[in-house]
Amino acid sequence: MKFSEKWLREWVNPAITVEELDEQLSMAGLEVDGVEPAAAEFTGVVVGEVVECGKHPEADKLQITKINVGSAGDGELIDIVCGAKNCRQGLKVAVAMVGAVLPGDFKIKKAKLRGQPSFGMLCSWSELGMADDSDGIMELPADAPLGTNIREFLQLDDNIIEIDLTPNRSDCLGIAGVAREVGVLNNIDVTPVEVTAVAASITDTVDVELVNSNGCPRYLARVIKGINLDATTPLWMVEKLRRSGIRSIDPVVDITNFVLIELGHPMHAFDLAKVEGGIKVRNANKDEKLTLLDETEVTLTEDTLVIADHNKALAIAGIFGGLESGVSNETKDVILESAFFNPVTIAGRARSYGLHTDASHRYERGVDYELQRTAMERATQLLLEISGGEAGPIVEAVSEADLPAQTAIVLRRARLDRVLGHVISDDEVTTILNRLGLKTEFKDNSWFAISPSFRFDINIEEDLIEEVARVYGYNNIPNVAPVASLNMPVRKEAVLDKTVFSNILTTRGYQEAITYSFVDPKVQEKLFPKQTGLTLPHPISADMSVMRVSLWAGLLPAVVRNQNRQQSRVRLFESGLRFVPDNTAEMNIRQEVMFSGVIAGSIAGESWEEKARPVDFYDVKADVEALLQKCVDSSSFTFQPLAADSELNVALHPGQSAEIYRGDVLVGHVGAVHPAAEKALGLNGKTFVFELLMSELTQRNLPDAKPVSKFPSNRRDIAVVVKEQVNAGNLLKEIEKVGGNQLVDLNLFDVYRGEGIGEGFKSLAISIILQDVEKTLEEQEINTKIEQVVNTLTEKFEATLRD
Amino acid sequence: MNLEEIVGLAEQAITQANEIQALEDVRVEYLGKKGKITELLKSLGKMDHEQRKEMGQAINIAKGTVQKSISERREQLQTEALNAKLASETIDVTLSGRGAEMGNIHPVSRTIERIQSFFGDLGFEVKHGPEVEDDFHNFDALNIPEHHPARADHDTFYFTPKTVLRTQTSGVQIRTMEKETPPLRIISPGRVYRNDYDQTHTPMFHQVEGLMVDKNVSFAELKGVIHDFLRNFFEEDVQVRFRPSYFPFTEPSAEVDIMDKNGKWLEVLGCGMVHPNVLRSVNIDPEQYTGFAFGMGVERLTMLRYGVNDLRSFFENDLRFLKQFK
Repeated sequence: MKFSEKWLREWVNPAITVEELDEQLSMAGLEVDGVEPAAAEFTGVVVGEVVECGKHPEADKLQITKINVGSAGDGELIDIVCGAKNCRQGLKVAVAMVGAVLPGDFKIKKAKLRGQPSFGMLCSWSELGMADDSDGIMELPADAPLGTNIREFLQLDDNIIEIDLTPNRSDCLGIAGVAREVGVLNNIDVTPVEVTAVAASITDTVDVELVNSNGCPRYLARVIKGINLDATTPLWMVEKLRRSGIRSIDPVVDITNFVLIELGHPMHAFDLAKVEGGIKVRNANKDEKLTLLDETEVTLTEDTLVIADHNKALAIAGIFGGLESGVSNETKDVILESAFFNPVTIAGRARSYGLHTDASHRYERGVDYELQRTAMERATQLLLEISGGEAGPIVEAVSEADLPAQTAIVLRRARLDRVLGHVISDDEVTTILNRLGLKTEFKDNSWFAISPSFRFDINIEEDLIEEVARVYGYNNIPNVAPVASLNMPVRKEAVLDKTVFSNILTTRGYQEAITYSFVDPKVQEKLFPKQTGLTLPHPISADMSVMRVSLWAGLLPAVVRNQNRQQSRVRLFESGLRFVPDNTAEMNIRQEVMFSGVIAGSIAGESWEEKARPVDFYDVKADVEALLQKCVDSSSFTFQPLAADSELNVALHPGQSAEIYRGDVLVGHVGAVHPAAEKALGLNGKTFVFELLMSELTQRNLPDAKPVSKFPSNRRDIAVVVKEQVNAGNLLKEIEKVGGNQLVDLNLFDVYRGEGIGEGFKSLAISIILQDVEKTLEEQEINTKIEQVVNTLTEKFEATLRD
Repeated sequence: MNLEEIVGLAEQAITQANEIQALEDVRVEYLGKKGKITELLKSLGKMDHEQRKEMGQAINIAKGTVQKSISERREQLQTEALNAKLASETIDVTLSGRGAEMGNIHPVSRTIERIQSFFGDLGFEVKHGPEVEDDFHNFDALNIPEHHPARADHDTFYFTPKTVLRTQTSGVQIRTMEKETPPLRIISPGRVYRNDYDQTHTPMFHQVEGLMVDKNVSFAELKGVIHDFLRNFFEEDVQVRFRPSYFPFTEPSAEVDIMDKNGKWLEVLGCGMVHPNVLRSVNIDPEQYTGFAFGMGVERLTMLRYGVNDLRSFFENDLRFLKQFK
């Protein structure tokens, strides 16, 4: 809602500055978005008349004029060269005199234009900073007094105030409502515009039938005949509309818009000649079509209320007029409509047709259901004044039963105190409610209040509490520390918080990233061609249109972006949801918390010492192992080569990637990005990723301490030769099984291929540390154990001891 | 040679010895088994009692003198040797340490952690919820029925008319209240989504919402908590004002502004008393319980706190940006 400060002050004029008014409105919940001057700064512009207007001898597009500026000149006509097409003899114009300063510090000086002297300039609306663009110079009314300063004449020393209204305050979508609010806040009277009933001078009427009286409890129609559409809208109205951001169109449209802003009441005008029979307010028929004022044709749905005549729909009620029945150049006679539509009936309808109009904005929030007659009289009065014509009597169709009920709302003294935590005196509460227009009665420590017809947001006790608090001033209510029972919250040590993981990775040089949950489908497809992510029907852009099925879809492009900005060493991690379509899940989507990371570039930053090698699989695996170590029962995690049929074979290098299992449950992946994907995504160099399913990693280790053995430990190293295909991890698992309690440490410390080892084989050197908690192990026992180990390895892996 | 001469030569040799080994040679030469002073001592046996006593005393004094000189010289040489070794081992300690680079958590996470800590100390528990949300939890239960104008204000990403990307984390409050009974103190941080993208809007951002429901929770208490939070968060006695506003799920509702360094009010969060319809939708009796709720944009608070001026930089994940948040 945007309006002129002067216009508001015609209704209510508190002795406060515009800054104070701004603050006051904002602090009452009518947030002021901005206060701007009604026109840019300029001086030296006066009303003048074009006395002579002739062609410039040298230039086709210019005219040479003589301008009378009355008392502003020294009795002589002024020569001005003008380029505007609409410049003509007899026109009243805005004249920037020599010495004038226009917006943008543009000084007007004597000039010669193609040899012709020019002592000033005829101004357009845009040149005076009142329009973004304008066609030709300003045309002032014929009665504009010569020589008057334009700022004075147009009352330009005014501000445009824009307030951002919350959806509950539809009552302030008009000057009348804002004025009422300002009156309440300053405790002063409001002077409404005087609206007198216009007596009918003709008897023409139109029948009105409320077929859906619930949707339209009140409808007023009035026939006005013989209007002159060529009449010009008076400048004061044009200016008021302009300051509300509305362009002048023709008198009928301007007047309905004017009433809309002044009273907050939408009006509509039909061409009487186009209405067959009478007005019927009904729901649309199935597949009924209507061409709207913007010339688009819509197919109406049956839950849409329309204004119809006896044969066809004329307009969508409370939302948008129809083209055919609208006022056109040929219109002579009109039907003015002033109606109350039920907000519930209107709500959402406009949006369902992709529409949003000043009328729908107000009707779906609620328009004063007692204002229709006033609005009708006001519009009639203005229309007759400006366009002439003869008014018929008002026809009112009303269904009292369907009008909003006027039931008393109870505000309990104790409830008010309890919710606010502060006591506002009885008298003050009563005064606030009364000032807001509520009829109140105070008895049994409660207020019984009936809300005024313009407030659709006061229906329950809390609404009254809010109104009292709002007008009393939130900042007059003290700040109090809450009182609550000091129950010690449960803090489970075994719960593994995500921050444990974050801390580990930041210590290991990773930066936390946050990437969008919606990703580029082209990127995701290159990594997960078989998975179809959940698609956003109306995305911000195509590259943010599908929900990620893996955090890699956001992290890998982040690596590329950094590489493109000369950041070659990248280590990023992110935690967040992935969205996997799944018919068995709630809302058909599995939303799982993932913890993912990516590394690329060298193992360390560039150093004075030596050139760092590029990262490889075992670097990222070490990071993953560091995380898994924090989990309960961490020895149950195993890394298995990526299964041949894994869908991850596209994203990951099949030979350098692992599935991470906890027992039989797949909990994540770690590996090298597939070279093809690397290329397709534009990654520079080898890139390694991991992703863990956090729901499987929620428990951290709760230590269960064992005594440290007092007896010596014994180390035995063995080297076994096995086939290439044998995975060291499996082999170590077997040794662990054989080792039992006495095995306290196990480490694979060398992998050797080459001389002395057959082609297709490798030698694994393993240290085995044995210790007992109760005794010193005898040589014999140690040897037996090692023998068992070797035998098992031979049996399971065809291993042979290396000579 | 007389004793004096021998001692004189010994002292000279000791002074000239520049290495431990040379000094050792001197020691052997004079004090060794066949050393010159030792030999003199051996000769004492041939002397008579008086002479032996006299000479003996003199030789022992001489021996002591030489011994002392040797050990002093040894100490000196050892110190010199150590100093030389230290000098040769000196390194440039201003060169950087090996592999010392640490990463950081994201500034948005950092702010969330701080907020969690402030409210955690007041007994607020952290709750999370789904981001693809049904319209019941995102709207209906929050007193925003289907055709409510507030729905249009949300720039919601819809998947279907019934499924959306959550526009606020309030759904988590509903899910919590469905499962648990008052007294409740929770905060729910997380990602939220709005279909809007420009200098001051990103289609995804983070909110932390809080909820407290108990027998006598009041608006004055809400003001107290928010006031304390903002002063703690900014670690300054910021001016705070509560401005009436409207949210379908709270009443009374307020927007909270703080005054910036230029004397301008900046909106930082929204809050209010939980609307009775919201409590009813999760079967909590509003006659018995009252509650307050608040919601804040994490990015906005982070920008104000750390002087970030482009919202979009939070999601570009440029290492040069992220590395500043040590």
